[in-house]
Amino acid sequence: MIPEKLKKELEARVASAITPREAAVDVMKEVQNHYGWLTDEGVVEAAEILGLSPLQVEELATFYEMIYRRPVGKKVIKICDSISCWTMGDEELMAHLVKRLGVEPGGTTTDGMFTLLPCSCLGNCGNAPAMMVGENMYENLTQEKADEILEKEKMSP
Amino acid sequence: MEQVLFRHNKPGRPVTFAEYRAEGGFAALKKALTEMSPDDVQQTVIDSGMRGRGGAGFPTGKKWSFVPRDLHGPRYLICNCDEMEPGTYKDRVLLENNPYSLVEGMILAGYAIGVHHAFIFIRRGYETPAANLRQAIEEAKAAGFLGENILGSGFSMELDIHLSAGRYICGEETALMNALEGRRANPRAKPPFPAVKGLWQGPTVVNNVETIANVPYIIAQGPSWFKGLARIPEASGMKLFCISGHVRNTVCVELPLGMTLGEILEGPCGGMAAGKKFKACIPGGASTPYLTEEHFNLPMDFDAVAKAGSRLGTGGIVVFDTNTCMVGATLNLIQFFAHESCGWCTPCREGLPFVREVLTRLEAGNGVAEDIDILREHVKFLSYAFCALAPGAMGPVEGLLRLFDDEIREHISKKKCPFKS
Ligand SMILES: Cc1cc2nc3c(=O)[nH]c(=O)nc-3n(C[C@H](O)[C@H](O)[C@H](O)COP(=O)(O)O)c2cc1C
Ligand code: SF4
Ligand code: FES
Repeated sequence: MIPEKLKKELEARVASAITPREAAVDVMKEVQNHYGWLTDEGVVEAAEILGLSPLQVEELATFYEMIYRRPVGKKVIKICDSISCWTMGDEELMAHLVKRLGVEPGGTTTDGMFTLLPCSCLGNCGNAPAMMVGENMYENLTQEKADEILEKEKMSP
Repeated sequence: MEQVLFRHNKPGRPVTFAEYRAEGGFAALKKALTEMSPDDVQQTVIDSGMRGRGGAGFPTGKKWSFVPRDLHGPRYLICNCDEMEPGTYKDRVLLENNPYSLVEGMILAGYAIGVHHAFIFIRRGYETPAANLRQAIEEAKAAGFLGENILGSGFSMELDIHLSAGRYICGEETALMNALEGRRANPRAKPPFPAVKGLWQGPTVVNNVETIANVPYIIAQGPSWFKGLARIPEASGMKLFCISGHVRNTVCVELPLGMTLGEILEGPCGGMAAGKKFKACIPGGASTPYLTEEHFNLPMDFDAVAKAGSRLGTGGIVVFDTNTCMVGATLNLIQFFAHESCGWCTPCREGLPFVREVLTRLEAGNGVAEDIDILREHVKFLSYAFCALAPGAMGPVEGLLRLFDDEIREHISKKKCPFKS
């Protein structure tokens, strides 16, 4: 269950929206933040707050890249696989991380730390290849640089 | 070179509210609210020749004029900051440097259209632009530029930010309205057009970040000044170009419309990266057909690029060197579109994965000559899709067929990708 305080905050957000649905993405994001991913329980809770049916929330949740309806690691690594990053070697970078982390794209490391995902253009095409780890953007990546970043990200909360 | 949107840029940090004002910011708003009627503002934008910077190049003032004057009930203005077109990062750079031109432009556009509630729709991952805009909105409110009875004019407007959760189709204007309403972001049928029935069924205008951010300057310095900024008489104003790929400097720069492709690549980009030779580029984001060396003298403006068989698009130029496999590049682009298809209509939902399959086998050396005909047919078939995503997706495929026929055939005859050892 989400904490009472968060529930109150989200209810206030919904009350200030033009229609409750307008706040749907915000509510899903916050509930996801609490659980780490948008759990079945989270979908039901979000639906209650929004005055929608769980199915209506599900229909939105499955649409967006950033809403996870399956468990993910503590941090999600998103490697941009769009055209500018492709010209600068995103495929080699992905292959390197697959080997290093011992997971296929979409997989989560056995220690539960990282989920490795390809993603669409991050809007950082001039500094390709680019990736995000959690909320942090990293750019002009090399394999060595990516290794260092993952070490650092492992240590930080 | 004269800068417009980038004139306030400070090294390594965003311009402050005080600096923006000291450098002439919000003077256009004062001028419009005290000396001009909404119709005057609209007419000035029409006279300026401003065309939308979001990809389609629709005349901005004309779009505003489609909103019926006499309809009761709320009408809306939405700024499209979804910017998920691969190769495009200009709106991010603009907002990281200066959120104020957009905020001022939104108020001016709202005044011109009679809007009292406007939104800025921002893609996921653009946290800094969103934070800058939030701060700018608070500062504008505190200074009396936003909210009730702005500068004593009787005009009131609220400006809200909506953060998305990542999906390319949300940038399509009718899908965007569904997304903002909290519905699954499939596009809507047109007609009714957004100017008549859009967000919450009210008349709605959707404009790109760069489009709106130019409005204060058009109002402050006049339409003929704005027109004169362009390099060629058919064009109007400046354009943000964001360049990536195999050039020396991958920069985002503001240049006069009508500068040639060669001038852009040789000038601000500093030519190709060390040891690389130019082969082709996409001129304006992932959905625009390729240009090659023979287009170096092409003026980069909407009509000129369209005449050359491509589109100016977003100004996101991605450059490929001679070692780039164009079948591979096209496969990457189609992979993006197939993934981002919203699934609403069959030509796109089924067609794009099929095109991806054909390109995959060509790239792997398993293609046959008939595959070329299949691709050609699909360029035609996918234009029957429900929205512009699928026809846009086929832009690069069309370009591949037209410009790189040899390269496709080499994949077939050698039974492998000639660029892979
Ligand atoms: C699939 C798709 C994605 C789009 N994405 C964007 C976008 O991210 N930003 C944008 O300004 N326009 C985007 N557009 C174009 C918009 O539909 C619309 O034409 C534009 O926002 C209008 O603004 P403008 O007249 O100022 O150019 C997209 C169109 C399509 C078909
Ligand atoms: S063309 Fe593609 S993105 Fe557009 S409505 Fe059809 S399925 Fe959706
Ligand atoms: S293509 Fe990778 S950030 Fe844009």
